[in-house]
Amino acid sequence: MSVTVKIPTQLRSVTGGDAEITVEGASTVKGVLDRLYESYEGLSARIAEDGALRRFVNVYVGGEDIRFLDGLDTAVHDGDEVTILPAVAGG
Amino acid sequence: MAAVDALKCKECGTSYPLEARYVCERCFGPLEVSYDFSALDAAETKRRIQAGPQSIWRYADFLPFEQQPRTALAAGVTPLIHADRLAQRLGLREVWVKNDAANPTHSFKDRVVTVALAKARELGFEVVACASTGNLANAVAAHAAAAGLESYVFVPADLEEQKILATGVYGTNLVAVRGNYDDVNRLCTEIAGERDWAFVNVNLRPYYAEGSKTLGFEIAEQLGFELPDRLVVPVASGSLFTKIARGFEEWKEVGLLSGDLPVFNGAQAEGCSPVAQAFEAGHEICRPVKPKTIAKSLAIGNPADGPYALELARRSGGTVDSVTDDEIRAGIRLLAETTGVFTETAGGVTTATLAKLAERGRSRATSGWCS
Ligand SMILES: Cc1ncc(COP(=O)(O)O)c(C=O)c1O
Ligand SMILES: [Zn+2]
Repeated sequence: MSVTVKIPTQLRSVTGGDAEITVEGASTVKGVLDRLYESYEGLSARIAEDGALRRFVNVYVGGEDIRFLDGLDTAVHDGDEVTILPAVAGG
Repeated sequence: MAAVDALKCKECGTSYPLEARYVCERCFGPLEVSYDFSALDAAETKRRIQAGPQSIWRYADFLPFEQQPRTALAAGVTPLIHADRLAQRLGLREVWVKNDAANPTHSFKDRVVTVALAKARELGFEVVACASTGNLANAVAAHAAAAGLESYVFVPADLEEQKILATGVYGTNLVAVRGNYDDVNRLCTEIAGERDWAFVNVNLRPYYAEGSKTLGFEIAEQLGFELPDRLVVPVASGSLFTKIARGFEEWKEVGLLSGDLPVFNGAQAEGCSPVAQAFEAGHEICRPVKPKTIAKSLAIGNPADGPYALELARRSGGTVDSVTDDEIRAGIRLLAETTGVFTETAGGVTTATLAKLAERGRSRATSGWCS
Protein backbone atom coordinates (compact mmCIF):
# COMPACT_ATOMS: atom_id res chain seq x y z
CA MET A 1 0.00 0.00 0.00
CA SER A 2 1.42 3.39 -0.90
CA VAL A 3 0.42 7.02 -0.68
CA THR A 4 1.88 10.06 -2.38
CA VAL A 5 2.90 13.01 -0.22
CA LYS A 6 3.11 16.44 -1.84
CA ILE A 7 5.85 18.57 -0.32
CA PRO A 8 5.57 22.38 -0.38
CA THR A 9 8.47 24.42 -1.74
CA GLN A 10 9.33 25.61 1.79
CA LEU A 11 10.22 22.03 2.82
CA ARG A 12 12.08 20.92 -0.26
CA SER A 13 15.42 21.95 1.18
CA VAL A 14 15.05 19.06 3.66
CA THR A 15 13.70 16.57 1.11
CA GLY A 16 16.63 17.06 -1.24
CA GLY A 17 14.42 18.98 -3.64
CA ASP A 18 11.77 16.26 -3.89
CA ALA A 19 8.26 17.63 -4.49
CA GLU A 20 6.49 14.28 -4.24
CA ILE A 21 7.40 11.38 -2.04
CA THR A 22 5.91 7.91 -2.06
CA VAL A 23 5.37 6.39 1.38
CA GLU A 24 4.72 2.66 1.79
CA GLY A 25 2.99 0.79 4.53
CA ALA A 26 1.47 3.53 6.68
CA SER A 27 -2.21 3.42 7.59
CA THR A 28 -2.73 6.87 9.13
CA VAL A 29 -1.54 10.41 8.51
CA LYS A 30 0.56 10.14 11.64
CA GLY A 31 2.14 6.97 10.27
CA VAL A 32 2.91 8.69 6.99
CA LEU A 33 4.49 11.69 8.73
CA ASP A 34 6.54 9.45 11.04
CA ARG A 35 8.02 7.65 8.02
CA LEU A 36 8.92 11.00 6.50
CA TYR A 37 10.48 12.22 9.75
CA GLU A 38 12.65 9.07 9.82
CA SER A 39 13.78 9.55 6.23
CA TYR A 40 14.37 13.30 6.23
CA GLU A 41 16.35 14.87 8.98
CA GLY A 42 15.10 18.27 10.09
CA LEU A 43 11.59 17.80 8.72
CA SER A 44 9.92 17.14 12.03
CA ALA A 45 11.41 20.24 13.66
CA ARG A 46 9.94 22.41 10.91
CA ILE A 47 6.36 21.27 10.96
CA ALA A 48 5.82 19.56 14.30
CA GLU A 49 6.28 20.33 17.96
CA ASP A 50 5.73 17.93 20.86
CA GLY A 51 4.15 15.37 18.58
CA ALA A 52 1.54 17.75 17.20
CA LEU A 53 1.58 19.72 13.97
CA ARG A 54 2.63 23.34 14.38
CA ARG A 55 -0.27 25.77 14.21
CA PHE A 56 0.51 27.14 10.78
CA VAL A 57 0.71 23.78 9.00
CA ASN A 58 -2.23 22.40 7.00
CA VAL A 59 -2.40 18.73 6.03
CA TYR A 60 -4.94 17.41 3.53
CA VAL A 61 -5.91 13.88 2.52
CA GLY A 62 -7.53 13.76 -0.92
CA GLY A 63 -7.98 17.53 -0.75
CA GLU A 64 -9.79 17.52 2.60
CA ASP A 65 -8.28 19.25 5.64
CA ILE A 66 -7.54 16.52 8.21
CA ARG A 67 -9.18 18.65 10.89
CA PHE A 68 -12.51 17.80 9.19
CA LEU A 69 -11.50 14.14 9.33
CA ASP A 70 -9.76 12.44 12.25
CA GLY A 71 -6.74 14.71 12.49
CA LEU A 72 -3.44 12.84 12.64
CA ASP A 73 -5.40 9.59 13.11
CA THR A 74 -7.09 10.03 9.72
CA ALA A 75 -6.83 6.76 7.79
CA VAL A 76 -4.99 6.70 4.50
CA HIS A 77 -5.62 4.19 1.73
CA ASP A 78 -3.69 2.93 -1.23
CA GLY A 79 -3.30 5.68 -3.83
CA ASP A 80 -4.29 8.53 -1.50
CA GLU A 81 -2.63 11.89 -1.90
CA VAL A 82 -1.46 13.64 1.25
CA THR A 83 -0.64 17.35 0.89
CA ILE A 84 1.33 19.46 3.34
CA LEU A 85 0.94 23.23 2.96
CA PRO A 86 1.66 26.40 4.92
CA ALA A 87 -1.49 27.78 6.56
CA VAL A 88 -0.55 31.41 6.33
CA ALA A 89 -2.15 32.40 3.03
CA GLY A 90 -5.45 33.99 2.17
CA GLY A 91 -7.62 36.94 3.01
CA MET B 1 15.91 57.02 4.74
CA ALA B 2 13.06 54.55 4.72
CA ALA B 3 12.02 52.81 7.90
CA VAL B 4 11.31 49.44 6.28
CA ASP B 5 13.77 46.90 7.55
CA ALA B 6 13.14 43.20 6.84
CA LEU B 7 10.64 40.37 6.89
CA LYS B 8 10.31 38.73 10.30
CA CYS B 9 8.61 35.54 11.43
CA LYS B 10 5.70 36.36 13.76
CA GLU B 11 6.25 33.10 15.63
CA CYS B 12 10.01 32.74 16.08
CA GLY B 13 11.43 36.12 15.02
CA THR B 14 13.77 34.85 12.27
CA SER B 15 14.61 37.61 9.77
CA TYR B 16 14.50 37.37 5.99
CA PRO B 17 15.27 39.81 3.17
CA LEU B 18 12.39 41.79 1.63
CA GLU B 19 11.57 39.24 -1.09
CA ALA B 20 8.51 37.39 -2.34
CA ARG B 21 8.30 35.01 0.61
CA TYR B 22 5.66 34.53 3.26
CA VAL B 23 6.52 31.45 5.33
CA CYS B 24 9.26 30.98 7.88
CA GLU B 25 11.57 28.19 6.77
CA ARG B 26 12.23 27.24 10.36
CA CYS B 27 8.78 27.04 11.92
CA PHE B 28 6.25 27.62 9.11
CA GLY B 29 5.05 30.79 10.85
CA PRO B 30 3.83 33.80 8.84
CA LEU B 31 6.29 36.54 7.90
CA GLU B 32 5.56 40.17 8.56
CA VAL B 33 7.29 43.39 7.51
CA SER B 34 9.35 44.95 10.28
CA TYR B 35 10.45 48.59 10.50
CA ASP B 36 12.85 50.76 12.38
CA PHE B 37 11.01 53.99 13.17
CA SER B 38 13.68 55.41 15.45
CA ALA B 39 14.70 58.07 12.92
CA LEU B 40 11.14 59.41 12.49
CA ASP B 41 10.35 62.69 14.22
CA ALA B 42 6.66 62.97 15.12
CA ALA B 43 6.12 66.59 14.09
CA GLU B 44 7.97 66.22 10.84
CA THR B 45 6.22 62.95 10.00
CA LYS B 46 2.85 64.54 10.67
CA ARG B 47 3.68 67.44 8.37
CA ARG B 48 4.72 65.00 5.65
CA ILE B 49 1.45 63.08 6.02
CA GLN B 50 -0.66 66.23 5.87
CA ALA B 51 1.17 67.50 2.80
CA GLY B 52 1.03 64.09 1.14
CA PRO B 53 -1.14 62.82 -1.72
CA GLN B 54 -4.86 62.10 -1.31
CA SER B 55 -4.24 58.36 -1.20
CA ILE B 56 -2.63 55.72 1.02
CA TRP B 57 0.75 57.02 -0.12
CA ARG B 58 0.44 59.87 2.36
CA TYR B 59 1.45 57.15 4.86
CA ALA B 60 4.49 56.05 2.82
CA ASP B 61 6.76 56.29 5.88
CA PHE B 62 4.87 53.29 7.27
CA LEU B 63 4.75 51.19 4.12
CA PRO B 64 7.31 48.61 2.91
CA PHE B 65 9.18 50.62 0.29
CA GLU B 66 12.56 52.30 0.17
CA GLN B 67 11.17 54.75 -2.34
CA GLN B 68 7.55 55.71 -2.74
CA PRO B 69 6.27 53.84 -5.81
CA ARG B 70 4.04 55.38 -8.42
CA THR B 71 0.71 53.65 -8.86
CA ALA B 72 -1.83 54.00 -11.61
CA LEU B 73 -4.89 53.50 -9.40
CA ALA B 74 -4.30 54.51 -5.83
CA ALA B 75 -6.70 53.76 -3.01
CA GLY B 76 -7.58 55.41 0.26
CA VAL B 77 -8.76 58.68 1.78
CA THR B 78 -12.34 57.51 2.00
CA PRO B 79 -15.01 59.30 4.06
CA LEU B 80 -15.36 58.83 7.79
CA ILE B 81 -19.05 59.54 8.27
CA HIS B 82 -20.43 60.95 11.51
CA ALA B 83 -23.41 58.61 11.75
CA ASP B 84 -25.70 60.46 14.15
CA ARG B 85 -28.89 58.82 13.03
CA LEU B 86 -27.36 55.36 13.36
CA ALA B 87 -26.08 56.24 16.83
CA GLN B 88 -29.55 57.43 17.79
CA ARG B 89 -31.24 54.27 16.55
CA LEU B 90 -28.81 52.15 18.55
CA GLY B 91 -28.85 54.35 21.64
CA LEU B 92 -25.13 55.10 21.38
CA ARG B 93 -23.45 58.40 22.08
CA GLU B 94 -21.36 58.60 18.96
CA VAL B 95 -20.83 56.35 15.93
CA TRP B 96 -18.62 56.89 12.93
CA VAL B 97 -18.74 54.81 9.77
CA LYS B 98 -15.65 54.36 7.63
CA ASN B 99 -17.04 54.05 4.13
CA ASP B 100 -14.35 52.13 2.29
CA ALA B 101 -16.82 51.41 -0.49
CA ALA B 102 -15.61 54.79 -1.79
CA ASN B 103 -12.44 53.08 -3.03
CA PRO B 104 -11.96 52.41 -6.78
CA THR B 105 -13.45 48.87 -6.61
CA HIS B 106 -15.64 49.54 -3.58
CA SER B 107 -13.82 47.84 -0.72
CA PHE B 108 -10.74 48.11 1.50
CA LYS B 109 -9.10 45.53 -0.78
CA ASP B 110 -8.00 48.44 -2.99
CA ARG B 111 -5.63 49.41 -0.18
CA VAL B 112 -3.94 46.04 0.15
CA VAL B 113 -3.75 45.56 -3.60
CA THR B 114 -2.20 49.00 -4.16
CA VAL B 115 0.63 47.97 -1.84
CA ALA B 116 0.97 44.41 -3.15
CA LEU B 117 1.05 45.42 -6.80
CA ALA B 118 3.61 48.13 -6.17
CA LYS B 119 5.77 45.46 -4.51
CA ALA B 120 5.11 42.98 -7.33
CA ARG B 121 6.39 45.51 -9.86
CA GLU B 122 9.39 46.40 -7.73
CA LEU B 123 10.28 42.69 -7.52
CA GLY B 124 9.90 42.34 -11.28
CA PHE B 125 6.78 40.13 -11.52
CA GLU B 126 4.85 40.22 -14.77
CA VAL B 127 1.80 38.28 -13.63
CA VAL B 128 -0.27 38.98 -10.53
CA ALA B 129 -2.87 36.70 -9.00
CA CYS B 130 -5.02 36.06 -5.94
CA ALA B 131 -7.41 33.71 -4.17
CA SER B 132 -10.53 35.70 -3.41
CA THR B 133 -13.96 35.70 -1.79
CA GLY B 134 -14.93 38.35 -4.36
CA ASN B 135 -13.71 41.78 -3.41
CA LEU B 136 -10.04 41.01 -3.68
CA ALA B 137 -10.57 39.58 -7.17
CA ASN B 138 -12.18 42.84 -8.14
CA ALA B 139 -9.33 44.92 -6.82
CA VAL B 140 -6.58 42.75 -8.32
CA ALA B 141 -8.25 42.75 -11.74
CA ALA B 142 -8.71 46.52 -11.74
CA HIS B 143 -5.29 47.48 -10.42
CA ALA B 144 -3.57 45.00 -12.74
CA ALA B 145 -5.46 46.49 -15.69
CA ALA B 146 -4.40 49.99 -14.68
CA ALA B 147 -0.78 48.88 -14.29
CA GLY B 148 -0.76 46.89 -17.54
CA LEU B 149 0.00 43.61 -15.77
CA GLU B 150 -1.50 40.26 -16.63
CA SER B 151 -3.71 38.86 -13.87
CA TYR B 152 -5.28 35.61 -12.76
CA VAL B 153 -7.97 35.67 -10.12
CA PHE B 154 -9.31 32.52 -8.47
CA VAL B 155 -12.75 32.56 -6.86
CA PRO B 156 -15.27 30.01 -5.57
CA ALA B 157 -17.67 29.19 -8.42
CA ASP B 158 -20.76 30.00 -6.33
CA LEU B 159 -19.94 33.68 -5.87
CA GLU B 160 -22.60 36.36 -6.47
CA GLU B 161 -23.07 36.95 -10.20
CA GLN B 162 -22.63 40.70 -9.77
CA LYS B 163 -19.21 40.25 -8.20
CA ILE B 164 -18.08 37.99 -11.03
CA LEU B 165 -19.27 40.48 -13.64
CA ALA B 166 -17.59 43.37 -11.83
CA THR B 167 -14.29 41.48 -11.91
CA GLY B 168 -14.53 40.15 -15.45
CA VAL B 169 -15.00 43.59 -16.96
CA TYR B 170 -11.32 44.46 -16.31
CA GLY B 171 -10.13 41.77 -18.70
CA THR B 172 -8.58 39.44 -16.17
CA ASN B 173 -8.22 35.67 -16.36
CA LEU B 174 -11.04 34.70 -14.05
CA VAL B 175 -10.85 31.15 -12.72
CA ALA B 176 -13.98 29.85 -10.96
CA VAL B 177 -13.12 26.89 -8.76
CA ARG B 178 -15.68 24.28 -7.78
CA GLY B 179 -15.35 24.45 -4.02
CA ASN B 180 -15.32 26.98 -1.20
CA TYR B 181 -12.78 29.72 -0.55
CA ASP B 182 -10.55 27.43 1.48
CA ASP B 183 -10.32 25.06 -1.50
CA VAL B 184 -9.43 28.02 -3.71
CA ASN B 185 -6.81 29.10 -1.21
CA ARG B 186 -5.26 25.64 -1.09
CA LEU B 187 -5.09 25.54 -4.88
CA CYS B 188 -3.45 28.97 -5.02
CA THR B 189 -0.93 28.06 -2.32
CA GLU B 190 0.06 25.07 -4.45
CA ILE B 191 0.23 27.10 -7.68
CA ALA B 192 2.28 29.81 -5.96
CA GLY B 193 4.94 27.16 -5.34
CA GLU B 194 5.09 26.19 -9.00
CA ARG B 195 4.68 29.43 -10.96
CA ASP B 196 6.51 32.70 -11.01
CA TRP B 197 3.39 34.68 -10.22
CA ALA B 198 2.85 37.32 -7.57
CA PHE B 199 -0.11 36.00 -5.56
CA VAL B 200 -1.00 39.07 -3.56
CA ASN B 201 -2.37 37.09 -0.63
CA VAL B 202 0.03 34.15 -0.80
CA ASN B 203 3.67 34.85 -1.60
CA LEU B 204 3.22 38.64 -1.34
CA ARG B 205 0.93 38.47 1.67
CA PRO B 206 3.35 40.20 4.08
CA TYR B 207 3.24 43.32 1.88
CA TYR B 208 -0.45 43.03 1.04
CA ALA B 209 -1.30 42.96 4.74
CA GLU B 210 0.57 46.24 5.33
CA GLY B 211 -2.02 48.02 3.19
CA SER B 212 -4.68 47.43 5.86
CA LYS B 213 -2.76 49.59 8.33
CA THR B 214 -3.70 52.60 6.23
CA LEU B 215 -7.34 52.16 7.21
CA GLY B 216 -6.32 52.65 10.83
CA PHE B 217 -4.05 55.58 9.97
CA GLU B 218 -6.87 57.27 8.12
CA ILE B 219 -9.39 56.85 10.91
CA ALA B 220 -6.92 58.35 13.38
CA GLU B 221 -6.01 61.22 11.07
CA GLN B 222 -9.67 61.96 10.29
CA LEU B 223 -10.40 62.07 14.01
CA GLY B 224 -7.68 64.73 14.36
CA PHE B 225 -4.85 62.36 15.29
CA GLU B 226 -6.88 60.74 18.02
CA LEU B 227 -7.74 57.13 18.73
CA PRO B 228 -11.35 55.98 18.79
CA ASP B 229 -12.53 54.15 21.93
CA ARG B 230 -13.72 51.09 20.08
CA LEU B 231 -13.73 49.57 16.62
CA VAL B 232 -16.05 47.03 15.08
CA VAL B 233 -14.27 45.33 12.19
CA PRO B 234 -15.34 42.52 9.84
CA VAL B 235 -13.12 39.44 10.11
CA ALA B 236 -12.44 36.90 7.35
CA SER B 237 -8.75 35.91 7.50
CA GLY B 238 -8.28 38.37 10.37
CA SER B 239 -5.63 40.38 8.55
CA LEU B 240 -7.55 43.68 8.38
CA PHE B 241 -8.57 43.41 12.04
CA THR B 242 -5.04 42.83 13.33
CA LYS B 243 -3.33 45.28 10.99
CA ILE B 244 -5.51 48.22 12.01
CA ALA B 245 -4.26 47.65 15.54
CA ARG B 246 -0.70 47.38 14.27
CA GLY B 247 -1.10 50.74 12.53
CA PHE B 248 -2.27 52.38 15.75
CA GLU B 249 0.62 50.84 17.65
CA GLU B 250 3.15 52.14 15.13
CA TRP B 251 1.74 55.65 15.39
CA LYS B 252 1.88 55.45 19.15
CA GLU B 253 5.50 54.35 18.93
CA VAL B 254 6.38 57.31 16.70
CA GLY B 255 4.40 59.72 18.90
CA LEU B 256 1.60 60.54 16.45
CA LEU B 257 -0.99 59.07 18.83
CA SER B 258 -1.25 58.58 22.54
CA GLY B 259 -3.56 56.75 24.89
CA ASP B 260 -4.77 53.19 25.18
CA LEU B 261 -5.34 50.91 22.24
CA PRO B 262 -9.08 50.95 21.40
CA VAL B 263 -11.30 47.98 22.20
CA PHE B 264 -11.35 45.72 19.14
CA ASN B 265 -14.59 43.91 18.33
CA GLY B 266 -14.36 41.42 15.48
CA ALA B 267 -17.47 40.75 13.40
CA GLN B 268 -18.29 37.46 11.66
CA ALA B 269 -21.30 35.79 10.09
CA GLU B 270 -22.65 32.93 12.19
CA GLY B 271 -22.50 30.64 9.15
CA CYS B 272 -18.74 31.18 8.97
CA SER B 273 -17.50 32.09 12.42
CA PRO B 274 -14.38 30.10 13.24
CA VAL B 275 -12.83 33.05 15.09
CA ALA B 276 -15.99 33.94 17.05
CA GLN B 277 -16.42 30.30 18.05
CA ALA B 278 -12.82 30.03 19.26
CA PHE B 279 -13.23 33.31 21.14
CA GLU B 280 -16.36 32.03 22.86
CA ALA B 281 -14.71 28.72 23.74
CA GLY B 282 -11.58 30.38 25.09
CA HIS B 283 -9.33 28.68 22.51
CA GLU B 284 -6.08 30.13 21.22
CA ILE B 285 -6.46 28.70 17.74
CA CYS B 286 -9.41 28.34 15.41
CA ARG B 287 -10.97 25.12 14.29
CA PRO B 288 -11.79 25.43 10.58
CA VAL B 289 -15.44 25.42 9.46
CA LYS B 290 -17.32 24.94 6.18
CA PRO B 291 -18.88 28.32 5.34
CA LYS B 292 -22.63 28.62 4.89
CA THR B 293 -23.74 32.25 4.91
CA ILE B 294 -24.92 35.07 2.64
CA ALA B 295 -21.80 37.00 3.70
CA LYS B 296 -19.71 35.45 0.96
CA SER B 297 -17.07 38.16 1.07
CA LEU B 298 -16.21 37.02 4.61
CA ALA B 299 -16.55 33.28 3.98
CA ILE B 300 -13.13 32.04 5.02
CA GLY B 301 -13.44 28.86 7.07
CA ASN B 302 -9.74 28.50 7.86
CA PRO B 303 -8.50 31.99 8.79
CA ALA B 304 -4.74 32.51 8.50
CA ASP B 305 -4.61 35.21 11.16
CA GLY B 306 -7.13 33.55 13.46
CA PRO B 307 -4.78 33.15 16.45
CA TYR B 308 -3.64 36.77 16.18
CA ALA B 309 -7.21 38.04 15.88
CA LEU B 310 -8.15 36.15 19.04
CA GLU B 311 -5.14 37.53 20.82
CA LEU B 312 -6.00 41.12 19.81
CA ALA B 313 -9.66 40.84 20.85
CA ARG B 314 -8.62 39.56 24.28
CA ARG B 315 -5.73 41.94 24.77
CA SER B 316 -7.83 44.99 23.91
CA GLY B 317 -10.78 43.97 26.08
CA GLY B 318 -12.92 43.27 23.02
CA THR B 319 -14.73 40.28 21.57
CA VAL B 320 -15.27 38.43 18.33
CA ASP B 321 -19.00 38.10 17.76
CA SER B 322 -21.17 36.56 15.09
CA VAL B 323 -24.56 37.48 13.61
CA THR B 324 -27.15 35.48 11.68
CA ASP B 325 -27.98 35.98 8.02
CA ASP B 326 -31.24 37.67 9.01
CA GLU B 327 -29.35 40.03 11.28
CA ILE B 328 -26.96 40.76 8.40
CA ARG B 329 -29.88 41.67 6.12
CA ALA B 330 -31.28 43.91 8.86
CA GLY B 331 -27.83 45.44 9.30
CA ILE B 332 -27.57 46.33 5.62
CA ARG B 333 -30.99 47.98 5.82
CA LEU B 334 -30.22 49.80 9.06
CA LEU B 335 -27.04 51.30 7.66
CA ALA B 336 -28.77 52.33 4.43
CA GLU B 337 -31.72 53.91 6.26
CA THR B 338 -29.61 55.88 8.68
CA THR B 339 -26.52 56.86 6.68
CA GLY B 340 -27.39 56.59 2.99
CA VAL B 341 -24.66 53.98 2.54
CA PHE B 342 -25.79 50.79 0.79
CA THR B 343 -23.21 48.26 1.89
CA GLU B 344 -22.47 44.76 0.68
CA THR B 345 -22.78 41.87 3.16
CA ALA B 346 -19.54 42.54 5.07
CA GLY B 347 -20.86 45.97 6.07
CA GLY B 348 -24.10 44.26 7.09
CA VAL B 349 -22.15 41.92 9.35
CA THR B 350 -20.37 44.91 10.88
CA THR B 351 -23.50 46.98 11.42
CA ALA B 352 -25.38 43.99 12.85
CA THR B 353 -22.53 43.27 15.22
CA LEU B 354 -22.47 46.89 16.38
CA ALA B 355 -26.23 46.66 16.99
CA LYS B 356 -25.73 43.45 18.94
CA LEU B 357 -23.00 44.98 21.08
CA ALA B 358 -25.15 48.05 21.71
CA GLU B 359 -28.07 45.90 22.75
CA ARG B 360 -25.93 43.88 25.05
CA GLY B 361 -25.22 47.12 26.80
CA ARG B 362 -21.58 46.27 26.62
CA SER B 363 -20.94 48.94 24.11
CA ARG B 364 -19.97 52.48 24.84
CA ALA B 365 -18.99 52.60 21.22
CA THR B 366 -17.79 55.72 19.58
CA SER B 367 -16.80 54.01 16.42
CA GLY B 368 -18.19 51.49 14.04
CA TRP B 369 -17.56 51.06 10.39
CA CYS B 370 -18.33 49.50 7.16
CA SER B 371 -15.99 48.37 4.45
C1 LIG C 1 -15.48 44.02 2.36
C2 LIG C 1 -14.58 43.17 3.20
N1 LIG C 1 -14.38 43.52 4.47
C3 LIG C 1 -13.56 42.78 5.27
C4 LIG C 1 -12.92 41.64 4.83
C5 LIG C 1 -12.05 40.88 5.79
O1 LIG C 1 -10.73 40.81 5.41
P1 LIG C 1 -9.62 39.94 6.15
O2 LIG C 1 -9.44 38.71 5.33
O3 LIG C 1 -8.41 40.82 6.13
O4 LIG C 1 -10.10 39.62 7.53
C6 LIG C 1 -13.12 41.23 3.50
C7 LIG C 1 -12.44 40.03 2.99
O5 LIG C 1 -12.55 39.62 1.89
C8 LIG C 1 -13.97 42.01 2.66
O6 LIG C 1 -14.18 41.68 1.39
ZN1 LIG D 1 9.59 31.16 12.41
